[in-house]
Amino acid sequence: MIRRADCLVLGAGPAGTEAALAAAEAGLDVVLIDEQADAGGQGWRAPLGSLTLPRKGADAEAGDRLRSRLAASGVDRRLGRRVWSVGGAFRLDAVGPDGAEAYEAPRLIAATGAHERVVPFPGWTLPGVIGLAGATVLLKAQAVLPGRRVVVAGAGPLLFAVAAGIVAKGGTVAAIVDMDGRLAWARRLPGLARRLDLLKEGLGWTWSILGARVPFLAGHGVRCATGRSEVEAVIVGPVDADGAPIAGPERRFACDALAVGHGLVPGGEVPKILRAAHLYDRLRGGFIPELDPYGRTTIENLYACGDGTGIRGARPSAAAGRLAGLAAAHDAGRLDAAAFTALAEPTLQVLSEYRPFADTVAGAMALRPAQVAAIDPATVVCRCEDVSRAEIDAAVDAGASDINQMKHFTRCGMGPCQGRMCGDVAAELVAQRRGVTRETVGYWTQRVPLRPVPFDTMIGSFDYADIPIPPPAPL
Amino acid sequence: MSQAPIYDLGVIGGGVVGSTLALLAQRGGLSTAILDRGPLCREASGVNAGTLTLQMTRVALIPHAMRAHAMWASARDWLGHDVGVVVCDGLSLAFTEREAALLEERAGKRRAAGAPITIISRDEALRVEPGISDKILMAGHCVVDGYANAYLTGQAFRAALVDAGVAVMENRGVSGLDRTDKGFVAQTAQGPVSFRRVVLAGGVWIEPMMAWLGVHLPIKVLVNQLSVTERIRPVMRTVVGIASGLLSLKQYPHGTVVIGGGWQGIGDRERGGVELVPERLVGNIRLACHAIPELAGARLARAWAGLEAETADALPAAGPIPGIPDAYVCGSIHSGYTSGPSIARSLADVILGREPDLPLFPIDRLMKAAPP
Ligand SMILES: Cc1cc2nc3c(=O)[nH]c(=O)nc-3n(C[C@H](O)[C@H](O)[C@H](O)COP(=O)(O)OP(=O)(O)OC[C@H]3O[C@@H](n4cnc5c(N)ncnc54)[C@H](O)[C@@H]3O)c2cc1C
Repeated sequence: MIRRADCLVLGAGPAGTEAALAAAEAGLDVVLIDEQADAGGQGWRAPLGSLTLPRKGADAEAGDRLRSRLAASGVDRRLGRRVWSVGGAFRLDAVGPDGAEAYEAPRLIAATGAHERVVPFPGWTLPGVIGLAGATVLLKAQAVLPGRRVVVAGAGPLLFAVAAGIVAKGGTVAAIVDMDGRLAWARRLPGLARRLDLLKEGLGWTWSILGARVPFLAGHGVRCATGRSEVEAVIVGPVDADGAPIAGPERRFACDALAVGHGLVPGGEVPKILRAAHLYDRLRGGFIPELDPYGRTTIENLYACGDGTGIRGARPSAAAGRLAGLAAAHDAGRLDAAAFTALAEPTLQVLSEYRPFADTVAGAMALRPAQVAAIDPATVVCRCEDVSRAEIDAAVDAGASDINQMKHFTRCGMGPCQGRMCGDVAAELVAQRRGVTRETVGYWTQRVPLRPVPFDTMIGSFDYADIPIPPPAPL
Repeated sequence: MSQAPIYDLGVIGGGVVGSTLALLAQRGGLSTAILDRGPLCREASGVNAGTLTLQMTRVALIPHAMRAHAMWASARDWLGHDVGVVVCDGLSLAFTEREAALLEERAGKRRAAGAPITIISRDEALRVEPGISDKILMAGHCVVDGYANAYLTGQAFRAALVDAGVAVMENRGVSGLDRTDKGFVAQTAQGPVSFRRVVLAGGVWIEPMMAWLGVHLPIKVLVNQLSVTERIRPVMRTVVGIASGLLSLKQYPHGTVVIGGGWQGIGDRERGGVELVPERLVGNIRLACHAIPELAGARLARAWAGLEAETADALPAAGPIPGIPDAYVCGSIHSGYTSGPSIARSLADVILGREPDLPLFPIDRLMKAAPP
């Protein structure tokens, strides 16, 4: 019943797939597991997948190349499996097409990616408001427009990708609203310029958008989304470099959808559940596991790579994945020191070449504290449990000193998404209210399941007599 | 510079037991400090299933559980804050002949100890709780049952303690306890705290706490697994368990269902509840879905494990520490969220020089063995 292997890889995005390939090439029996039906992503998957830099042909090409390398490899692909439990050293429990499954191996590579951050504003929970990453999935995987007339707002490269995707599919972009001013992009350009190929794509999108005469508002943010039962208009206004609203003319754009996102937050559930050491890195999007250059966590034989370990983007993630796979093989005794160094060295080199670009992209996608500070008290922060900023502030004033205590006081983060959506913003609010660091406030205690899992698939069919009920408690 | 105060009483460990004690002692006139290494009620007392039931309570604790149930039900009056307590009926189900026999035996003994538990037929049980499976043979029925929202415990007690004037010292772990001619000095990273009398209320950490005073009191660590569903439409309205005690189940007013029963996970005193055993989680959930069939349509939102203390005879450690004047221990109470406030109340009475209405559980019985 249990599939035993040398190495388990969780997450089949660019990082996990490269990790699996590298480990398998070195001779390990590798199982690669993902919830999605296909590896490498439908483009770059979201919200589970890696940083999305959708790229016309090149994107699909990169995915196809990855998939065909995978198909030709010895990696045991277990796709369409929802892993709900991780434990031991190491065991994964999943539900798949035929019910419950379990996997065990002495090594685990976690590559579960990132999820989107939306800094709340009035109206963000209205139907018709969608994340940029969510919009990317709609556009790329399902070829569906988020709306007929869409405002695209927030920060980071996804902004242009989504806008270009909408234009390409025949939709109307009512406006692109970028929190960054034109200067910010100019300042970043040296970083971007080192990756000319990617920069060209960026400019390519910009051109296609300009061709469509889309209003582009740099240095602007969403003030609110309005509408009776769904979004009907978005009001935007100027913001400063830290994301704080500043005085200036506001503009209203009528629309039937708003695609909005303020960067990505590393998921990293697995290293947290397994209690690896973490550190806070604002540039990389939040709390990330402490890693050596090859992706070894502080837990023996647990590796992590990809955007779950800090926002870098797809290509650096793939390189980091390869390193983790090599390290796993080396630690398992399948690659001697010389072979390991020879294989890892060029990849380390590639990773360092990507760094300025990765930092630039991550910079645009990092949390802007002043934007969080400006959230209106009445605005809902935790949409699952309907907890407003005022309630979070009140909890802090009532003595909640860390994020988990605040959760107990308010139910913030207790809903189906288990705080994935609101966690980064909620922690920032607690830190700001207390005037302490994010390290002091900490992160949600991570628990299983990794994603909500239906009881009926978990329990299958059974006889009462077969339930292994422990002996009765003492009387 | 003003001199650091010497409190009349220091309580080390801010779970439900230590918090109740500190509150009652302060209100009884003792200047009291409560120290916890974390925030208040974030260990067993904040992560437990919150069931306030007599049908899982040890027979010897029934009188305390009855009194504590009334305390929980009136928390707004004496605590001043809400812990989300709901008073409702409770059922303990029997699905097999063996369970039926167990149920009759256990219900009988609890009834003899004062718990108003009756045995009812399958049809009567289905009237009390239409959500249960019609596969049951019979049920134990008790009108004194209910549940609290355990994660609200810390918030409620913290506010009450602050209001009462207790010195609340959270995130203040104690690393050692020295005896002086004036009483005790607790060592903490943020400096010493002095008191004339001390109560060790450290849950599973009572064992290392007692070692500060050179006393060996073995405390076993249970690692209880719990799980909670997403919000679902109402599928039940009572607290539901089974005869063996390996299930506790109720639906909160906001729609989530909490599933417990003491299935064991992996963990220890040093690391806490580290890990859940998937087979046992599945077993526990199967049992729950067997009892309330509609539950099978829910999704698991979260599962966790917390630590519960148990002495050698599984009865509480609550009373003076032999050979050390002015030092007390309080904890290791089976189903201690239910009974904890009552046992803490008896100890507070003793410390305040009153005769307690309900007895303590002195630890002399547990200390025969010499320290290793
Ligand atoms: C998962 C689970 C489910 C349960 N379900 C139920 C239920 O449904 N109904 C029921 O009645 N009971 C239940 N129980 C039992 C109940 O939770 C406990 O009996 C009760 O909460 C114990 O309270 P306590 O105050 O003795 O211990 P705790 O709440 O554990 O408090 C001990 C405190 O001591 C502190 N501490 C430890 N070391 C130090 C130090 N060095 N310095 C300072 N402070 C320190 C800890 O931080 C902690 O806050 C459950 C227990 C668990 C674990």
